[in-house]
Amino acid sequence: MTVGPQHFLILSAVLFTLGVAGVLWRRGAIRLLMSIELMLNAGNLAFITFARQFDQAEGQVYVFFIITLAAAEAAVGLAIVIAFFRLRDSSDVDELNLLKW
Amino acid sequence: MAYTVAFWILATLCIGSAVVVVLGRNAVVCGLALAFNLVTVAGFFLLLNARFMAFVQVMVYAGGIMVLILFVLMLFNIQDEEKARMPRFFQRYLGFLVTAGLMVLLFAALRNPEVASFPDRSSEFGTVAALGTELFTKFFYPFEAISVLLLVAMVGAVLLAKKRL
Amino acid sequence: MTDLLINLLSTAILLVVVVSALMGGVAIMTWIERRLSAMIQYRLGPNRVGPMGLFQPIADGIKFIWKEDVTPRDAHGPIHSLAPALAMIPALVAFSVIPFGPEIELFGRTIPLVLVNIDAGVLLALAAASLGVYGIVCAGWASRNKYSLMGGLRAAAQMISYELALVLALIGVILVSGTLRPVEIVQQQAGWFTNWNIFGGWQLLGFVIFLIASYAETNRLPFDMPEAESELVGGYHTEYSSMKFSLFFMAEYVNMITSAALVVTLFLGGYQVGLPASMLPEAGWALWILQILAFVIKVGFFLFLFVWVRWTLPRFRYDQLMNLGWKRLFPLALANVMAIALLLAFDVIKR
Repeated sequence: MTVGPQHFLILSAVLFTLGVAGVLWRRGAIRLLMSIELMLNAGNLAFITFARQFDQAEGQVYVFFIITLAAAEAAVGLAIVIAFFRLRDSSDVDELNLLKW
Repeated sequence: MAYTVAFWILATLCIGSAVVVVLGRNAVVCGLALAFNLVTVAGFFLLLNARFMAFVQVMVYAGGIMVLILFVLMLFNIQDEEKARMPRFFQRYLGFLVTAGLMVLLFAALRNPEVASFPDRSSEFGTVAALGTELFTKFFYPFEAISVLLLVAMVGAVLLAKKRL
Repeated sequence: MTDLLINLLSTAILLVVVVSALMGGVAIMTWIERRLSAMIQYRLGPNRVGPMGLFQPIADGIKFIWKEDVTPRDAHGPIHSLAPALAMIPALVAFSVIPFGPEIELFGRTIPLVLVNIDAGVLLALAAASLGVYGIVCAGWASRNKYSLMGGLRAAAQMISYELALVLALIGVILVSGTLRPVEIVQQQAGWFTNWNIFGGWQLLGFVIFLIASYAETNRLPFDMPEAESELVGGYHTEYSSMKFSLFFMAEYVNMITSAALVVTLFLGGYQVGLPASMLPEAGWALWILQILAFVIKVGFFLFLFVWVRWTLPRFRYDQLMNLGWKRLFPLALANVMAIALLLAFDVIKR
């Protein structure tokens, strides 16, 4: 059985679902970040699959931008986690309730 | 033939490491598993002949972002808590339901029995030249915008993580 | 089918040749380092084991195999054992794109003497270099030891910082060569040695930046902070003994050889002898062996330079190190890229 675009897309779907599961199940802020990176990766895989299928370079340019965005987001997200960790000594997102009345 | 074997081996490794990321107990082990996952996805990019993006993925994602996350984990000794604490009985399994539902939905949407294999590709697919041409002609404004975004993210991260402003 | 088999066979043979050359090079490097450092420090080096101490690497190897493997009780077992492998693998992979010889003709086929002839070859070397951070970080963390952790994280920070200058110095070469394939970059430097990228390709500044950055990437003095014996007890490999420690050791030497080979390929013409084709023998085994020899001599010179600098210069303090990487090398490398781009745009440099 030759490997076609379907295989890559189903794989990307599985990765995405695992990422969603991680986001819904985890409490630690950094684990959430890692699950979000999983989801972004799944999107990358889907984009490259479609780029290959239609023989264009556009899909790859999108992936380029997604990777850059993920880098920026990880940096800022980690800075927030660090700032909060200094305050509360915990990275539990359930405790991010400073603005709650 | 070799392609199929490579695909299935990489797929097993990819999904295995993703499961470790979601279910693992030690946060650093999860980080390493995610780095491995990123490298296997780069392997998939290579299988799909997107050579430049595969190496960019390894360099930036696995070699930069994951190192950053591991850094923060190790320096601050952040012990991540285990599973989410849900207040009510029904909501504890909500996550599981949503995940299962999402998987079914995605499978249904992505199945396409008509397209069985990849069409032939031109010889410049995946080369740096093709990507560069697109990037600097059609996507010129997003390219400049993302440079500004990176600058903003850098300044923001430094400011947020400072002990005293 | 036979095409595939022959491809596989030639790749397998090349693989064996490259890996054994690398490992042999590592063994020779240990001997060279000790004898050369002894010469620089005006003392004798190893001279007991065999003539001029030539069997010292073998003795070292036997010692490492028989030594007791001590793992701290609280160390994270799997990652503690995995870290040396994580350090070694990227070092070996990075060498695969370097053409160590010309295209030889064997049994009617033209085989370029390079393991992986991919058109983004330089990027593969860079990607492998950026993955080299993991071995050190894992070693530092898994040892459950303050000194190891600090050493490991400092080493990682240093490697990431100097990767920027490394990549930017490379961009100058890529701008002038117009290709990311090392085989083509080397082929463009044929002819007189003024054709090499360092001279005719206007890459002198890029070469200096790349050299300094590769010293930092391989954690060699003067950027030796992570393994500084006097400051950090041993840095990230404090808690390692016997074969795992020797794997780190070997990984550092393989990194050195790969960096030297990259410098030679990108800036000094790779396997090109530096003489025009009219003064060289005809295309045949004589020429090919001459070119492979040229490559080995050039890489050997840069390895000698690595050892020489190590035993001459004092160590940088950590903040001086980061200062140099971010505030001096990085803007300099950026200026280099801009200057090369401007010169190319105004046709001063012809491709």
